[in-house]
Amino acid sequence: MLRPRAIPVLLLKGGGLYKTLRFNQPAYVGDPLNTMRIFNEKEVDEICVLDIGERFGQKGPQFDLIREIASEAFMPLSYGGGIRSLEEAQAILKSGVEKVVVNSLAIFDRHEVARIVAYAGSSSVVVSIDVKRNWLNRYQVLTQSGTKKTGLSVVEAARAAEEMGAGEILLNSIDRDGTMQGYDIELINNVVNAVSIPVVACGGAGNLQHMREALAAGASGASAGSMFVYQGRHRAVLISYPSSAEIESLQVSVVT
Amino acid sequence: MLAIVDYGVGNLGSIENMLKKIGCTSQITSDPEAIIAASKIILPGIGSFDHGMRSLRAMDFEGILRYKALEEKTPVLGICLGMQMLGLSSEEGSEPGLGWIDAACQRFGKEPWDARLKVPHMGWNSVKSQGGNPLLEGFDETPRFYFVHTYHLVCNDPSLVAGTTRYSTPFTSMVRQDNFYGAQFHPEKSHRFGLTLLRNFIERC
Repeated sequence: MLRPRAIPVLLLKGGGLYKTLRFNQPAYVGDPLNTMRIFNEKEVDEICVLDIGERFGQKGPQFDLIREIASEAFMPLSYGGGIRSLEEAQAILKSGVEKVVVNSLAIFDRHEVARIVAYAGSSSVVVSIDVKRNWLNRYQVLTQSGTKKTGLSVVEAARAAEEMGAGEILLNSIDRDGTMQGYDIELINNVVNAVSIPVVACGGAGNLQHMREALAAGASGASAGSMFVYQGRHRAVLISYPSSAEIESLQVSVVT
Repeated sequence: MLAIVDYGVGNLGSIENMLKKIGCTSQITSDPEAIIAASKIILPGIGSFDHGMRSLRAMDFEGILRYKALEEKTPVLGICLGMQMLGLSSEEGSEPGLGWIDAACQRFGKEPWDARLKVPHMGWNSVKSQGGNPLLEGFDETPRFYFVHTYHLVCNDPSLVAGTTRYSTPFTSMVRQDNFYGAQFHPEKSHRFGLTLLRNFIERC
């Protein structure tokens, strides 16, 4: 049967990897190529690299660095951050990346996302949806690293992603990012019930039990940042990844 | 020399990287001469069936590949869409496939009990060898590979099935006929399992 997926999400800024807390306070965690090699040795299921540099003034994807990262990845690699056109998506896919992740583009130019889908196929396109609760405790979808409101509800954004032809949704809880306190299960439920494409949960994972909860809620994959890069209470940087048996143990009895 | 056919579709860099790790020199090529000279051929592919077939035909590779595979009996490995294209057709589009094997692609999730089945089939899944498949030899545990696909090949001749995988129901994840092989998953993205499979293609086929 299909194994549950546990996916490290690595944040790129310039030439380094960072970890954020609620999408803020990027803290340096290491060199991307070195980190990629370590994850290779640990036989990680899949890796997602998201470039958050645009928020800090960077323009567009770092194509050379993406190519170098891809050449070290003997596992599926998805990349997101600053992709604005089919041409940019093509260049990224050709450099050895399996899936492109789009966020702002899915909000501002659905037509372009549909073009990427027509070129690469649904399975190669992920729409990421960043969600934050507002003061009324309602979910709102933000974009551009959580800095801009979109006016969309999370269900609207998820259905739109499916209509554009995305093969997967990367569902980010901004409130839980970096907290290691567990995923927002209600959020996962809302999205999983609204669409038929796989949903990967992100934001809040601190241990395997958290991942089990996300998968039990219907997520097809559980991704995490802090859990795979930090060790102990003082958040010492140490790359880790569950063993194959531990990943098997995440299996829940839902048909996914 | 092993040729990785470049018809503008697919993740060629990853395949080359993994072959390099095995110590096999390969050439990503769209040069018909290089394909004709090749001792082994990998036919990669991602994206839609029609786009793949049209690109292959637009570059006039269909005849060369047919000659290499069917006349000269050069070992060919089709990966993902490259496997699907070995068949006659696909529900995904209207273009005819290469038609080397008596099989056609169907979409996942057609059974009534599949209402909640997530499509595409995406992630790591195990492959059970069938009919003495040399590509799946030498594993000390059931190998698992990375899949990402919405359609899967259905063989009209069951003897072509070389590997099966379970997703709701078992489906054909590998095919083999004489000197050509197909893998629905991505060996180039399946770390040590993919490494062994590609090494088998180089050493045992």
